Amino acid sequence: MIRIQEADFDLAEEVEILKDGRTDIGAIVTFTGVVRDRGSDKVIDSMNLEHYPGMTEKELARIEAQAHERWPLQASLIVHRVGKLVPGENIVLVATASEHRHAAFEAASFLMDYLKTDAPFWKFEDGPDGAGWVEARDSDDAAKESWSKQPSNKEEAADV
Amino acid sequence: MRLLYFAWVREKTGISSEEIELPAEIETVGDLLRWQKTRGEEFAAAFEKDKVIRAAIDQTHARHDAAIAGAQEIAFFPPVTGG
Repeated sequence: MIRIQEADFDLAEEVEILKDGRTDIGAIVTFTGVVRDRGSDKVIDSMNLEHYPGMTEKELARIEAQAHERWPLQASLIVHRVGKLVPGENIVLVATASEHRHAAFEAASFLMDYLKTDAPFWKFEDGPDGAGWVEARDSDDAAKESWSKQPSNKEEAADV
Repeated sequence: MRLLYFAWVREKTGISSEEIELPAEIETVGDLLRWQKTRGEEFAAAFEKDKVIRAAIDQTHARHDAAIAGAQEIAFFPPVTGG
């Protein structure tokens, strides 16, 4: 499931939606991204998140499908907020459900790494030290690349 | 063809989208990036650092050597910073 929204999300409610009453899920991993009050070298008062409507949903669906090909997931959810956010607010939620924990942990990490480099979102920060677009980090590309060097874990993950 | 601009590319060009007929000699994303630089001061500034600018053809990431034939929508934007 993919959702792009201005509104905040409630972690507990989202987990219930993900579970959807099922009793065969053994592990749920959630990652929440939060707005920090400082960037690499400046104080942040607010952040504005822009995206490419249409392509964003397409890219996230593609990334999610890749995770399902790679790990035995029973369900997954990506919620990403857009618009103006202030420090302390949630930005992104990734949740994965599987029979066992390894698949859920790894798939959540994979989803975030691919989201960071492939999903068309852009952050604009404003604060007392000035305003500007956040620059992409090489370390995010490296994190994504590291997944392509690993074999698919679908079989091994199913046994643990 | 529809061209879209996001983040600082949008700010510098001053527009978020346009419908435009491209010269026939533009065959790739790279050709289009070079042509954008010739469209006046604002576009020259927006596309000055053309190597860092990313493109998408019909909402799918595309390399600079990708052919644009048949495309309906091409977008230009900086490297993404979501999450």
